[in-house]
Amino acid sequence: MSVDIRRQGGVGQSVRRVDGVPKVKGEFEYASDLRRDGMLWGATLRSPHPHARIVSIDTTAALEAPGVVAVLTHTDVPGKKTFGLDVQDQPVLAADLVRYAGEAVAVVAAEDHELARAALKAIAVNYEVLTPVTDMEQALEPTAPPVHPQGNVVRTLTIVHGDPNALADAWVEGMYETGMQDQAPLGPEAGLAVPAADGGVDLFIATQWLHADLEQLAPCLDLPLEKVRLHLSGVGGAFGAREDVSMQIHACLLALRTKRPIKMSYGRQESFYGHVHRHPSRVWMRHGAPYEVPNARLEGTAVFTNNPPCGAMRGFGAVQACFAYEAQMDKLAVELNLDPIELRIKNALRSGSVLPTGQPIAGVAPVRECLQRLQQLPLPPEESALDRDPMLLPGGAGNVGHGEALKRGVGVAVGYKNLGYSEGFDDASEAWVRVSADREGPLAEVKTAAVDVGQGLDTIVTQIVRTELGIDRVLIRPPDTAIGSAGSSSASRQTMMTGGAVQLACQAVRAEIERSGGLQDLRRPVEATRVFHHRPTGKLDASGQGDPHVTFAFGAARAVVEVDQELGLVRVLQLAVAQDVGRALNPQSVLGQIEGGSAQGLGLALMEEVALVDGQLKNASFTDYLIPTILDMPPVVCEIVEEPEPGLPYGAKGVGEPSTVVVPAAVVAALRNATGRELRRAPVKPDDLVGL
Amino acid sequence: MRVNGAWREADVWPGTSLLAFLREALGLYGSKNACEQGECGSCSVWLDGTLACSCLVLAAQAHEREVRTVEGLTSGDRLHPIQEAFLEAGAVQCGFCTPGFVVAVADLLDKDANPSPATVREALSGNLCRCTGYQKILDAVQLAAERRRAGS
Ligand code: FES
Ligand code: FES
Repeated sequence: MSVDIRRQGGVGQSVRRVDGVPKVKGEFEYASDLRRDGMLWGATLRSPHPHARIVSIDTTAALEAPGVVAVLTHTDVPGKKTFGLDVQDQPVLAADLVRYAGEAVAVVAAEDHELARAALKAIAVNYEVLTPVTDMEQALEPTAPPVHPQGNVVRTLTIVHGDPNALADAWVEGMYETGMQDQAPLGPEAGLAVPAADGGVDLFIATQWLHADLEQLAPCLDLPLEKVRLHLSGVGGAFGAREDVSMQIHACLLALRTKRPIKMSYGRQESFYGHVHRHPSRVWMRHGAPYEVPNARLEGTAVFTNNPPCGAMRGFGAVQACFAYEAQMDKLAVELNLDPIELRIKNALRSGSVLPTGQPIAGVAPVRECLQRLQQLPLPPEESALDRDPMLLPGGAGNVGHGEALKRGVGVAVGYKNLGYSEGFDDASEAWVRVSADREGPLAEVKTAAVDVGQGLDTIVTQIVRTELGIDRVLIRPPDTAIGSAGSSSASRQTMMTGGAVQLACQAVRAEIERSGGLQDLRRPVEATRVFHHRPTGKLDASGQGDPHVTFAFGAARAVVEVDQELGLVRVLQLAVAQDVGRALNPQSVLGQIEGGSAQGLGLALMEEVALVDGQLKNASFTDYLIPTILDMPPVVCEIVEEPEPGLPYGAKGVGEPSTVVVPAAVVAALRNATGRELRRAPVKPDDLVGL
Repeated sequence: MRVNGAWREADVWPGTSLLAFLREALGLYGSKNACEQGECGSCSVWLDGTLACSCLVLAAQAHEREVRTVEGLTSGDRLHPIQEAFLEAGAVQCGFCTPGFVVAVADLLDKDANPSPATVREALSGNLCRCTGYQKILDAVQLAAERRRAGS
């Protein structure tokens, strides 16, 4: 047996999705499709107030409502009363205080969904309304009411590099803001909890990280870890929204109490309340030089407010920073009289560049290459506004003009994202591989706890197994918590982490098969379990210096837009994205990731924002919260830049995030180019474009 | 009602949507619920041959009428050519939007065997996809349309 990297269906090829057939037929089972005989439906009562004291909760009437089997409040949580991915400070069910509108206060189990929802209205909660903290800067004022007893600062991080008081010849500065974005995966939060004979519970769930859910669930349920078993159900997209727990604990509590299976499935409105969003940001920056600088001072503060909680979303933290620094780089280009793309090419980060944390970029960094690829792409041809199909005007059929005031703009942006977990976290993934033979020939089975959220991990794993073992028949066993953790499907990490673990396990199996006479002579199954760790990273010291990240993926985008300057309407004519992928293990799915990530970036630039008024979410529906439709999306021209990353399996970097990081900045740069306006906030609204 | 050619009935409360009826009463889970407001197209079905969001139709309105769902597009293991095109073009990621898109594309190509790119975008503007950015879905439509013309 030898490793044949050109093997049919192996790595490097655009292999079809292994879960494609059931998905196109409508037979793939998502968490919202789960059912069980005798199951009850769960529903959640949520706080209408962003900040209030709970004086009393009366569930008597709800318990008597038709079809109701159980009504639970915080007193019914048998174990730990709080959960959280990193810090366990979020109540399973609010006890004395609600901290955001939409916080869960009680849960109901009833014979069907409608009866469960109807019973929520019969729960009487007496609130004493408090003043909410609804602005991030207000939260830092000494008079601000503390959202948590320890105050409103979650973390402050200061990075001091070189001499922060050094002077520059030219300074540019600005304030930048991004709004709160929703991940809006099409599949709503859902799961099925089934009480088990051993007093434990089995939870079938759409999540990003089975083991992190498990570790939060078990203490709240007051059960040992082994009595809580999580099984992955079909995931209808995630993008960070499923990284935090939503209905998992509630469904298990109800199942254990009623001793019947509990199904919970959020509707779209509840989904907006039930998961975390992308953090809104406010950034002030001053630059005296572009990109790699010897002297820097950075200060970042994350705060608590009574707005809806925020967490992971594709490009976590990098999107907001890129929006700000890329606007700065355009200002610097003006100051230095350079073309924006030239400034970026001249000053591009490269392998060996030192970041403000003092960390040198150890891996490949083909930033210049990405930018040059964009530079070589022709611009889409100019189109006259005369005689144009009105659908092709900015705003489409909604444009009441005739294209008299159209102006085209071009913008570029470059950016990057760390891959995998950082700051000393022991990032690991476990994989089990077994090879056996039956009448049809050899069969490879793989098991991990890693989640295919739609990105195509199961297909990549299949390709890796084919490449390593030379076996075409590969079966992915359903992920659950019976095997060790795979970490989360986030931070663009699964291809390198779980891909790495599967590769190691395959190599061990291969060695064993070779020792015992080869695949032809396989008498009994051979199996191996292996854990992949990425190289250790370090914490930051008091001045923010250290080696916090494993590696990075870079990307660059160019946006071409057309603005109707009278109506403030926008049409994006083309997006071009060049991305550093290390090596494309499945080129078609790499393109799919870049295109999909670009759409979410375009959404943030132009339309997507969770609208908040006094802490209340005002657009919790797809009628009011707009995500890009097929009419909003322009063609995306993708340039895949391949330069294998040493130390990663097959040299492949994660590919999900860079396009989302750079596209918002590029689109808004193009709008600035078209209108000459400063546009310091995303999403850009029509009013901003006409200067109202 | 007649669903995919077979008469089916069930007792449900008057407020039940056609979508909930198909899913919960008949166990046809291919039609998805992503918004329940007619905004996403995940629940697309044909009602007497007309494309409809089943979340916006009451089950009672479909009484004694003809409903066709994504499950009615195929029989046995053979995929519909549009489903085949979606797989080949890489138009499926999480797949939650896919059944709705497949139904909407089938409806479009039945009406217009050679739709212009603008017509395709217009026809699919009621279907949301959060994963793909739509490019590969457009590729799939083109592929399916070409094959259909070549085959007919
Ligand atoms: S569920 Fe019917 S249109 Fe969204
Ligand atoms: S593939 Fe996930 S929503 Fe379309």
